[in-house]
Amino acid sequence: MTNGRAATLTLPWRLPRLNLRGWPLIPICILIAMALIAIFAEFLTPYNPEIGALGDRFRPPAWVAGGSDKHLLGTDHLGRDVLSRLIFGTRVSMIVGFMAVIFAGVVGTVLGILSGYLGGWVDQVIMRITDSWLALPGLTFAIFLAAIVGPSVSNIVIILALVFWTRYARVVRGEVLSLRERDYVRLAVVAGCSKWTIMRKHILPNVVNSAIVLATLQLGVVIVTEASLSFLGVGVPPPQPAWGLMLADGKKGLMAGYWWLTVFPGTCIALLVLSANLIGDWLRVKFDPQLRQL
Amino acid sequence: MKKFILKRLGYALLSLFLLSLTIFFFVRVTGDPTTLLVEPGASRADIDALRQQLGLDRPVWVQYGSFLANVVRGDFGRSFYYRTPVLELYLSRLPNSLLLAVAAMTFSLVIGIPSGILAAVRLGGVWDRAGKIFALLGLSMPQFWVGLLLILFFSVYLGWLPSSGSGTPLHVIMPAFALGWYFAAAHMRLTRSSMLEVLGSEYVKLARLKGLPEALVIAKHAFKNALIPVLTLAGINLVLMINVAVIVETVFAWPGVGRLLYEGIAFRDFPVVQANIILGGAMIIVVNLLVDVLYAWIDPRIRLGR
Amino acid sequence: MGGPLLELVGLSTHYVSARGTRVTRAVEDVSLTLEAGQTLGIVGESGSGKTTLALSILRLLPPGARIVSGQLRFDGEDLLTKSPREMRHIRGKRIAMILQDPMASLNPLFTIGDQVSEPIRVHEHASRRSAWDRARNLLKSVRIAAPERRVREYPHEMSGGMRQRVVGAIAISCEPRLLIADEPTTSLDVTIQAQYLKLLRDLQREHGLALIFITHNLGIVARMCDTVAVMYAGRIVESGPVRQIFDAPAHPYTRALLESIPRLTEVDARLTAIDGQPPDPAALPEGCAFHPRCLKALDRCRVQAPPRFSVGAQHTAACWLSEGAPLA
Repeated sequence: MTNGRAATLTLPWRLPRLNLRGWPLIPICILIAMALIAIFAEFLTPYNPEIGALGDRFRPPAWVAGGSDKHLLGTDHLGRDVLSRLIFGTRVSMIVGFMAVIFAGVVGTVLGILSGYLGGWVDQVIMRITDSWLALPGLTFAIFLAAIVGPSVSNIVIILALVFWTRYARVVRGEVLSLRERDYVRLAVVAGCSKWTIMRKHILPNVVNSAIVLATLQLGVVIVTEASLSFLGVGVPPPQPAWGLMLADGKKGLMAGYWWLTVFPGTCIALLVLSANLIGDWLRVKFDPQLRQL
Repeated sequence: MKKFILKRLGYALLSLFLLSLTIFFFVRVTGDPTTLLVEPGASRADIDALRQQLGLDRPVWVQYGSFLANVVRGDFGRSFYYRTPVLELYLSRLPNSLLLAVAAMTFSLVIGIPSGILAAVRLGGVWDRAGKIFALLGLSMPQFWVGLLLILFFSVYLGWLPSSGSGTPLHVIMPAFALGWYFAAAHMRLTRSSMLEVLGSEYVKLARLKGLPEALVIAKHAFKNALIPVLTLAGINLVLMINVAVIVETVFAWPGVGRLLYEGIAFRDFPVVQANIILGGAMIIVVNLLVDVLYAWIDPRIRLGR
Repeated sequence: MGGPLLELVGLSTHYVSARGTRVTRAVEDVSLTLEAGQTLGIVGESGSGKTTLALSILRLLPPGARIVSGQLRFDGEDLLTKSPREMRHIRGKRIAMILQDPMASLNPLFTIGDQVSEPIRVHEHASRRSAWDRARNLLKSVRIAAPERRVREYPHEMSGGMRQRVVGAIAISCEPRLLIADEPTTSLDVTIQAQYLKLLRDLQREHGLALIFITHNLGIVARMCDTVAVMYAGRIVESGPVRQIFDAPAHPYTRALLESIPRLTEVDARLTAIDGQPPDPAALPEGCAFHPRCLKALDRCRVQAPPRFSVGAQHTAACWLSEGAPLA
């Protein structure tokens, strides 16, 4: 089993060997840990994250004077357990983040392929929309849309997808434009394949890599946007636990020195975004060592 | 050069047009816009009057036409909360946002450019590695969290800086830092990669072959060329800053257009929100145009008309 | 002043990878001499180490490359012991270099005048005005018309041939004694090439320059050079006077290069090319580096690298086929 090469992982059952040298293990572990926390949130905490005991308000973390072991990370202004809210907040962030990125990615990739391959007026229309939407910063656009439709988790996912698909379309279109000229695509055209077959079989697999890299890099931006929206009150509606909301609540206690309400949720956001960014950077180098502009 | 400017101008106008179309579309598409455009708590009669006024019974393109006409004239309606024309309100707050953005941009360039150059020139050294970490943190930490932490540290614990409002130079320090932090990291990254590219170019090689001192090679030949993409980005980012400052302005209660947007949401003052996004987007498009023209002017290849 | 202008003895330049695991022998055991006013041609395929050799002479190697052994003497001085500051004074002033692509060699943001006068201002501390005057004269001497106007222009406003002349003007601006030209005509149109070569010859005569001409084009070597050194896989496999090498090449590689030039007179003859590819400098074959492609390879060639034999007057070849001759 030990073959002297420390970085290979061989599992006892028949799976291919994974050479893990150079993989960003810590960010991947963080991401997996958060995913697990999100899935098993109910089992990880005894407290209801949405209801608190008003007699227990503003308790500091357990290791500070005035804290107790009942609430390891303290309580907020409604007496709700911070740790529980953090745990359930992971679920919200992960769900919103992943779903928004997936929707945006799918829509953006499809439109990018159509735009790049079909050209003509399809391309023009999609590109003009993309360009003008890209002129707006994601946050402002999202706030505008959220102000129209009102806060709810499903609305947020749709809004984020709407705001961020344009980035995928741009990048994918660029790739498709160069792929179009490759020999195997031209051969397929000569061989009489229909446009749809070509797009599906030849173009799509080759742009998937870039789309995935972009998706990981975008995950961080999406999560921060969602947190920002929640912070401003147009994101996830209370009393659902979301890290952004916790920060907004935390602001109320800031001047009084209740630091734990700000530091912990923010750290979670930063950790998740940092991990996503590191993985995205690594993927980008892995898929294209020449570090194309993404 | 003239042809270039005209082309870019046309493009900008098209973008503005599409922007207005997008806004119009979204406001109308979600059903009944009167729920947004009328004050909370208005009576049925008021709503019907508004419906008449907006011409919601008329065909869509007519509505759009009057919408566009209003926008071009600068008529964005009146704020429900402040009861003044929105445009006036916006323009009165804009200088504050500009001030904050300039302060933040200065901070980000002062930190970003030299560290980017140092990282490129001493590749792999201590500075390069520190720079990479800084860049990573800067791009990952949400701006408003940085702001909150700053308040916690400098206002609550140390009591050195005021936590909100504006008026003295002290007030601007923390918001500028929080806003500029992310951009400092972005500028550092771009400066570094741009500098690396330039340092590997043939004309830098020739400059060394001429026997020029290394300092001159870097300061004269490499620097100016490397800065071009960075300054282009900085120009665009300045306007971007004004727009994304919404969070930082809210955290620090800085009276700029970002805070205005927040008030618009909080008080359900939709004309304010709508105007904010139209004007913000228009500013970005215009600045993009200006930066393109400026870039062309700096680069003699385009200025002297290829 | 006795002795050659430039003398290399057993010079070797290696690239070492970051972790010290891969060693690329870009230049190995190179010995050359060049007299003042003479022209030496260095011929080889891409990857043979020609450019690394040139950069080694100027000690302007990229990071990871080091001169690991040998001697390097210029005008009687040992260049390997010079400090970076001293080398800087030599570059551009006493030894100059022309690169291949003139568009890339000139900084697009600065005027021609600025770039031509720059070495004069740095090396001779001349004032801006006098340096620009000299720049104008230099442009005239490289046969650029209307130098007063050109001096204020930018690189992109000139044609390729003119830009390469500007690069030439920069090179001779401080009256160097040695000019190294690295494939200067490769990116020029064929019609311009001849003019440029003539210009170089004239400049050489007027200024008493020694010239090292790096090229893969044997035709240019025949026209321009007094002596030639043929490089393969970082080593000089044959060197000597041009006439001798062309008439009686002693190394199979040289012979193959000469034979691969299509001759206009033999219309029906087949085109010959050398089989195979140049070796990867990081993984050279054992023995003589050319043996996998050599039609006359002996068993010995596969095992032992041949030393240089003296096969004629100042004519050496590193090949076991010349074994009977005395060692060079």
